[in-house]
Amino acid sequence: MKSTGRQKLVWTIISIAVLVYALFPVASILATSFKSPGDLTNGRFLPTPGLATLANYEQILVGDAQGLFLTALWNSIGISLIATFIAVVLATLCAYAIARLDFPGKKLILTTALAVSIFPVISIVTPLFNLWRNIGLYDTWLGLIIPYLSLTLPISIWTLAAFFRQIPWELEQAAQVDGATTWQAFRKAIVPLAAPGVFTTAIIAFFIAWNDFVYGISLTSTEAARPVPAALAFFTGASQFESPTGAISAAAIIVTIPVVLLVLLFQRQIVSGLTQGAVKG
Amino acid sequence: MTSAITKNPEAMKTNGRNRNNDYSDRAKAERRLGWILAGPAFIIMLAVTLYPILQAFFDSLYAFRLTAPDEREFIFFQNYVTILSDPVWWRDLVVTLLITVVTVAVELVLGFALALVMHRALKAVRGWLRTAILVPYGIITVVSAYAWFYAFDISSGYVNAWFDWVPGIDADLNWFAQASTALPVIMASEIWKTTPFISLLLLAGLAQVPDELTEAAKVDGATWWEQMRKVIIPNMKAAIMVAVLFRALDAFRIFDNVFIMTNGQYGTEVLSLLAYRTSISRLEIGLGSAVSVLLFACVLLISFIAIKVFKVDLAGSTGGKR
Repeated sequence: MKSTGRQKLVWTIISIAVLVYALFPVASILATSFKSPGDLTNGRFLPTPGLATLANYEQILVGDAQGLFLTALWNSIGISLIATFIAVVLATLCAYAIARLDFPGKKLILTTALAVSIFPVISIVTPLFNLWRNIGLYDTWLGLIIPYLSLTLPISIWTLAAFFRQIPWELEQAAQVDGATTWQAFRKAIVPLAAPGVFTTAIIAFFIAWNDFVYGISLTSTEAARPVPAALAFFTGASQFESPTGAISAAAIIVTIPVVLLVLLFQRQIVSGLTQGAVKG
Repeated sequence: MTSAITKNPEAMKTNGRNRNNDYSDRAKAERRLGWILAGPAFIIMLAVTLYPILQAFFDSLYAFRLTAPDEREFIFFQNYVTILSDPVWWRDLVVTLLITVVTVAVELVLGFALALVMHRALKAVRGWLRTAILVPYGIITVVSAYAWFYAFDISSGYVNAWFDWVPGIDADLNWFAQASTALPVIMASEIWKTTPFISLLLLAGLAQVPDELTEAAKVDGATWWEQMRKVIIPNMKAAIMVAVLFRALDAFRIFDNVFIMTNGQYGTEVLSLLAYRTSISRLEIGLGSAVSVLLFACVLLISFIAIKVFKVDLAGSTGGKR
């Protein structure tokens, strides 16, 4: 294909269109987060020049909404990381077995993972809500970590099984010939090769746990375990008559920062992980 | 692959039993190790889904609300009768199906366009485009819902001011006060957030269409549209089907956007929200469980239709076969 001036122009236009599509809503809420309460109704995209303010960020980070937001942020980070960690550890063992070992029930495990991943989350909320209240897991970290596994575990198994199928397993056999046990061969020869896939899977699982709203809003009632997405829905303005728009926008931007960072740093890995887990010939 | 392995000395030491059976010790050990490694994940998956849905089914047979726990009474399928004879269920089902069909259809077209752009883009641009579209993928759904909500909101929004030249849009239009305007915004935020995922799946599908086929079609003088319709799309049918099924099932569970934007008011309620409202807000565990079970049945039905009628081979195209 010749790269003529006209083609370059077309590509530039297309690229800008895609960038605008992808980033406009983020820019929109970013702009809202800098609006002062009086300026919210200015009917414009940007804050009125001269009235832009950091007050919303102050309110949620050091001000009166600090308790609400920072504890929720801590809950979100902790619960998501633990749920991701458990899912990835279990999925790594499981996917290794599926990709590497010969045992009956492999297909059953993969089918189960698929079925669990299309499961309507809200359907498990009612029984868990009732059960958690009875056994004291309601409104606790553990009470969210357990159901989060239903979100993070299946996709981790699929993604990792796809990754692991591409590893040159002769290396493991070579290690075994050299006298290593199955476990040693796994640890010394395979883990270094598998680590990138495991890491990518962890990012994807983390995104999913970080995104949860249904469990967060149904299985918590106080700051003890409420994660950020659910907490946003409970934000109130400084007074009863003031809307929490600015504070919610600022909080939304803060919880989007880790997402943007991960995407910027690991774009290639995330894309390969997403597509391998889902469409793998 | 292990059937031909001969008895090894180590196995003989640890297991002196007669080994004249179908499996060598090595194969047996492998099976055991397989389940030791895969078992915990398998059991946890069942524990966090199968057990709750069975519990939900059990609870759905009782008249039971948390506000009056002593009046729990076995009533068979009465809860299901109550729900299915209530127009609210059917209205919510229609809204949910409408959202599912519209969002998936738009996402398929938009996602395919995005996939084509990324497929054809120059290397330097491709990385940036993928990074950009991963932002909507990774962003929290609730955040996306607020972004769209505030843009359209009658007091904090700017959409009314920007588009006041469009007939029907003026400063007094409250987008979230009726279903006819609220649903499109809800769908737009859903489409924005999830199109990247579908486009990445389609991009992977595009990459699997052999270049020779497209080249051959070009040599034969096929137009761009003919290449699409006769070569590319038929060759990535499996990828398209899988993407559509996954997205449809995901869209059917829509909850976050609706909760944030309208909380289901003005006829915008979806089934997930109905389940939430019944169980968590009104504490009607029996009825709420019945809604949950019905919702689950809907998902099963959609999957069944997709797999049997449209022959979507999930296991095959998702790497289930070796």
